[in-house]
Amino acid sequence: MREKLELVCPAGTPAAFRAAIDAGAHTISCGFNDETNARNFPGLNFSREEMAQSIKYAHRKDAKVLIAINTFPRAGAFSRWSQAVDDAARLGTDAVILADLGLLDYASHRHPTLRLHLSVQAAAANADAIEFYAKSFGVRRVVLPRVLSVPEIAAINRKISVETEVFIFGGLCVMAEGRCSLSSYATGKSPNMNGACSPASHVEYREEAGELVSRLGGFAIHRSAAGAAAPYPTLCKGCFEAGDYRGHVFEDPASLDAASLIPQLAEAGVTALKIEGRQRSRAYTEAVVRSFRKALDDHAGGRPIIAGQLRDLTEGQQTTSGAYRKAWR
Amino acid sequence: MSEARIIPGFPAVGAAALRLAPMAPLSLLGARLAKNLGRRHPSLFTRLGDQAEKIFLIDPSDLPLVFRLAPRPVAPRLEAVRRDRAGRWDARIAGPLAALLGLVHGVYDGDALFFSRDLVIEGDTEAVLALRNAIDNEEIDLAAEAAAMFGPLEFVAAAPVRLLAALGSEWSGVALARTPRQRPV
Amino acid sequence: MTQRKFALTLGPLLFNWPADVFADFYARIADEAPVDRVVIGENICSKRTHLYADAMVSAIERLQCGGKQVVLSSLAMVTLERERRAARKLFDQTSLEIEIDDLTLMNWVRPETPFSIGPLVNVYNEATLTFLAGKGARRFCLPPELPIASIGTLARAAAKAGAGVELFAYGRIPLAISGRCYHARIHGLSKDSCQFICEQDADGLSVRTLDGADFLAINGVQTLSHKYCNLIGDLDLLATAGVTSLRLSPHSGDFVAVTRAFAEVASGTLSPKQGLARLQQVAPERDYSNGFLFGACGAAALPAV
Repeated sequence: MREKLELVCPAGTPAAFRAAIDAGAHTISCGFNDETNARNFPGLNFSREEMAQSIKYAHRKDAKVLIAINTFPRAGAFSRWSQAVDDAARLGTDAVILADLGLLDYASHRHPTLRLHLSVQAAAANADAIEFYAKSFGVRRVVLPRVLSVPEIAAINRKISVETEVFIFGGLCVMAEGRCSLSSYATGKSPNMNGACSPASHVEYREEAGELVSRLGGFAIHRSAAGAAAPYPTLCKGCFEAGDYRGHVFEDPASLDAASLIPQLAEAGVTALKIEGRQRSRAYTEAVVRSFRKALDDHAGGRPIIAGQLRDLTEGQQTTSGAYRKAWR
Repeated sequence: MSEARIIPGFPAVGAAALRLAPMAPLSLLGARLAKNLGRRHPSLFTRLGDQAEKIFLIDPSDLPLVFRLAPRPVAPRLEAVRRDRAGRWDARIAGPLAALLGLVHGVYDGDALFFSRDLVIEGDTEAVLALRNAIDNEEIDLAAEAAAMFGPLEFVAAAPVRLLAALGSEWSGVALARTPRQRPV
Repeated sequence: MTQRKFALTLGPLLFNWPADVFADFYARIADEAPVDRVVIGENICSKRTHLYADAMVSAIERLQCGGKQVVLSSLAMVTLERERRAARKLFDQTSLEIEIDDLTLMNWVRPETPFSIGPLVNVYNEATLTFLAGKGARRFCLPPELPIASIGTLARAAAKAGAGVELFAYGRIPLAISGRCYHARIHGLSKDSCQFICEQDADGLSVRTLDGADFLAINGVQTLSHKYCNLIGDLDLLATAGVTSLRLSPHSGDFVAVTRAFAEVASGTLSPKQGLARLQQVAPERDYSNGFLFGACGAAALPAV
């Protein structure tokens, strides 16, 4: 038996939370229902009461809970974020996922025994950056940005003293996470401060001449012909013109699926694999978690991994292994 | 699951029958259903927040009628109307009945249906998202809700309603009830 | 020089200019531009560094002769081993201040050697600012997306910590950084054999929507706004909020004229309206925005003066 990788699964609602655990998640990542987390979408996330009950459910089933408080506290409103850290600790979370230096500093002093994970929103993309967070705040695990190739991840793991977690499936940020104000530029709502990229309040879909046109903040970002797959209304997957080029300037509308790279990622010293999609339904959560739990069990048991099972659930109905393979750049 | 998802269409015979059916009894059923949902799932409205003030047009593209949903915490309403009398709405969600019911029952993922263009949304995107997320969390079973409409006789009605739902599902290909761990797509 | 409300900082050149254009630009800045500080060095793509390594040395000397404080820029995103080594090497010297734009470099700072924090580091609140000030940061160029209320709060926190706050006041706004090179991508090239194609676009390449609206601009691995941030009409507001210096981000054309317009409005010899007219004269084709300052979308146009 090989050493088992930890499967970290998203949950946007208590129902999805239970579905993920019942489908075999080792760990759930979730957030409070406000701007303190980076999936602050309408109707999503957990009240304090729901969080308390969900944590109990997870612990009964021997699963762990990570609470993401991974936006950047607004100047003058720090207490909303520090309160979220206090509440997470009080409710018995297994760790908090943070990105902001000030909040990490606060948490490490106020809750010295609380386990700290560094969010992908901190975009710590090399061993030195990771060591800085480890030394300064005692961070125990780092979620690596989706800009690194597998050999780069292996090199990082050889140099650092903390665990790493990498994305294995779901939405793909093309830009360094937590360092992107594209959505803010188009809508005035900052993903870093308000917790939503392409906020629904600024998204508009319209049928124009047989095409589905999506706009964000009034800027047309995609036209899908009848019957063609539609993407999320995110700017980095939009279709634009630049010079003589017309098309997806930044990235095609595709989702990450690195199932086939599980052996290489394990070899690279990764501790945990993360599924993206706290904004998705419990049907998605269930299907993806079940599929990846099986893949991890197959890997641990030395059986071949069957990849590419989840294309129907993905944006643009196509998948990519992203930056894990260097040619992507 | 790697092959394209097939969403069953509502049988044409049924659609034709509905075209002739009077709307009033359907609306009466809708009103009862909405009232019961409100009573049995109060957290639905907490999740909806301000979006509960919006009017949603639920538009099953394979039926000759549409549903106007006003999910007010006090006195929620669901009425069936002819498509040409849909009136004013804030957000429209359109797709085959099977897709819409599949969303409610947690069989389908809303984003995936949107990616594949099986689901069309229009108008207030924020309201649609809130409704989708709120409903997804409730693990609603419409057969159970239908049984609940019998009030104190719920226990007596539950089994026949479920049997009817199962027969109906088989005939129409539409998931009329939530079955635990339905094959997810 | 008349008493000005702000120090003026020339930000790092974000674009890939040919070495001779680079040299001429900094020579003119050194001799003619009324700026106090010049941040110089590659901020975007490590592959560009060697293109003007020689020109850097003489540019720094000339800037110092011209009485400017020279600050060394650093990479916005450090991933490769050679990038890490280059960043580490910046700290071998202590005569020039270093501007940190990636927290990787925090490993090598020494409290006794002051440094500054660039606009690409996420300084959104007092706690973060105070933490970095405690490690020796003396100046913070704040993230360009911050609204004026946050800027005021952060300026007060900075003053308390003995640091100053700078604001991005002119130029296309840095919006995102990626592992992927968009210039290479749209020209069908790989990042590793990019042929330095980004050299074709001195101010970045405009990205339009399918509706034909100007929207963004690409600069190698960086994405910028199409519109130029322009806060020349808002200097009183910034002074009241406690901003101590303004950052002007280099662009093609007569940039000395841009720095002069800001200097003259800052010292009161030119009205904001005259200053804006001057900037429009220097580059009539540029669209301006100050939207982020007012919590609106960053792309919002300047209000009519």
